[in-house]
Amino acid sequence: MPKTLVKEKLVFGKTKGLERRKLRFATAVMIPTFTLYLVLRIIPILGTLYLSFHEWHLIRRHRPFVGLANFAKILSDTTFKTALLNTTLFAIIVVPVSIMLALLLALALKKNTRLNSFYEFAYFLPFVIPMVPVSIIWKWLYDRTYGIINYVLTAVGLNAVGWLTNPDVALFSIIIMSIWKVVGYYMVLFLVGLRDIPEEYYEAAAVDGAVGWKVFRYITFPLLKRMALYICVVATIQALNVFTQVYVMTTGTQGAPAASVRVLVYEIYQNGFRYFKMGYASAQVVVLFAIVMIASVIQFKMFKPDDY
Amino acid sequence: MKKKTRKRATNWYHILLMLGVIMMLFPFLWMLLSSFKTEQEILAVPPSIFPRDFTWNNFVSVTTRIPIFRYFLNSVLVSTVSTIFVLITSAFAGTVFAKYDFPFRNTLFMIILGTTMIPFECYMIPFYLMVSKAGFINSYTGIIAPLVVSSFGIFLMRQQVGSVPNELMDAARIDGCSEFGIFLNVVLPLTKSALAALAIFSFMFGWAFFVWPLIITNSSDLFVLEVGLTMFQNSYTVEYGPVMAGTAISVVPLIIVFMFFRRHIISGMAMSGIKG
Repeated sequence: MPKTLVKEKLVFGKTKGLERRKLRFATAVMIPTFTLYLVLRIIPILGTLYLSFHEWHLIRRHRPFVGLANFAKILSDTTFKTALLNTTLFAIIVVPVSIMLALLLALALKKNTRLNSFYEFAYFLPFVIPMVPVSIIWKWLYDRTYGIINYVLTAVGLNAVGWLTNPDVALFSIIIMSIWKVVGYYMVLFLVGLRDIPEEYYEAAAVDGAVGWKVFRYITFPLLKRMALYICVVATIQALNVFTQVYVMTTGTQGAPAASVRVLVYEIYQNGFRYFKMGYASAQVVVLFAIVMIASVIQFKMFKPDDY
Repeated sequence: MKKKTRKRATNWYHILLMLGVIMMLFPFLWMLLSSFKTEQEILAVPPSIFPRDFTWNNFVSVTTRIPIFRYFLNSVLVSTVSTIFVLITSAFAGTVFAKYDFPFRNTLFMIILGTTMIPFECYMIPFYLMVSKAGFINSYTGIIAPLVVSSFGIFLMRQQVGSVPNELMDAARIDGCSEFGIFLNVVLPLTKSALAALAIFSFMFGWAFFVWPLIITNSSDLFVLEVGLTMFQNSYTVEYGPVMAGTAISVVPLIIVFMFFRRHIISGMAMSGIKG
């Protein structure tokens, strides 16, 4: 018998055993993985929903079901309203501004020059360094009396600004720093998108006499849409969950205006882990999650229609 | 004439980009330079750029006041262990989702994919209650627990393993290779670059993870670097010298790693964007 035939016969005879073997492997992998998922993701996610309908205080034994009472309380909670407004303002400024800047940077860096890798290094560095040290550094740059920013301002004859102490300014200071932190990441993502656009498209456009803005409007932008949508969704989720920079730059800081920089996750953290009102905090989480979902759906609707 | 205007345009574009570069790098430079200045020099009103009386005092002061190297090691431990877990779970689950058929495959995958949209902040409260019930408050297990699986990792690995040719896997089967052997000898070598990217991604994610270690740890020996630094700067707000020195200790190793592995880190992080 020729060798190949033997092999084929062998495979055929083993088909059933092979299928069983494959299924066994799949099961052996999926059972532990999915158990981990169940315990580490799904149960806590459902747990949030469960807690939000209860008056759940960490140190009290009695934890009654209260229906929608927590949500009703949110409606009349002024601190929550402030946090919601601040978070929305934060996201509404940080997301578009950082994406615009990142797109401009990516377009500028698309052309290969000798300095490109240096630019990439510099713009990406703030993203690589974690938020805590970065916030500590900025807190010092922003210092009312000793900060370098105010020194430069007064040196050129302007007034010093209470970057983190003036309630009208503090949120914007955090916004500036947050844009600085993420812009390099979105830039790199846009660069990936730009480099995926085949060179022939530009050549064809050049043959048709398209230049500058037209090339961007009709070639680059439509082909970047998918990446832009992804960046928008990620940026929005991150912006709505802003916490670390606010915590580091304003907690325990003398003269920091609590209300004007209060954001949703901070509010949730306070209610849940300072006051141990876990039911109420969970209801706030549910509201935050609903906002994240609505924002994502709107973005999908806005970007989807014409192509793909 | 035309050439000249174009040249001027390139110059402008480089000047603008360089201004941006200065804005990006200045905070780090300023932190580094200041960590070598004396307390008086840091607070001096016309500030000096380079330290006039170069001193190591700030570094001595941080290292004596807080166990910063311990924090550092804690961060290394948490990030390393969680990365190993993520690599294992993602490689296995990604392979099975990509190449094996089993009941409820698509449903399970949709559930896992769905959780990528839900940030940790959205379930940290029940997570805390569960961890405290299990007795893992203030322990390494507690810190690492939320980091051991990654929906993004599974998604990425499923995509990468999808491009491994089936013929190769079948050939290995014919040669008598077990399914685990195929995973080890065929799938893993062919997805090395994705695994490296995932490792970078999850290491950075673990390193920068902040809310959770802040909540779950209350004894100083278990603080990760981020939490330890935050506590330190909270109690010594006005002492910028030591605070900057502590920040420098935490940041300089990362800058060095980034300098050496810039290409890998940037493309690894960019890969996380390709899922769109």
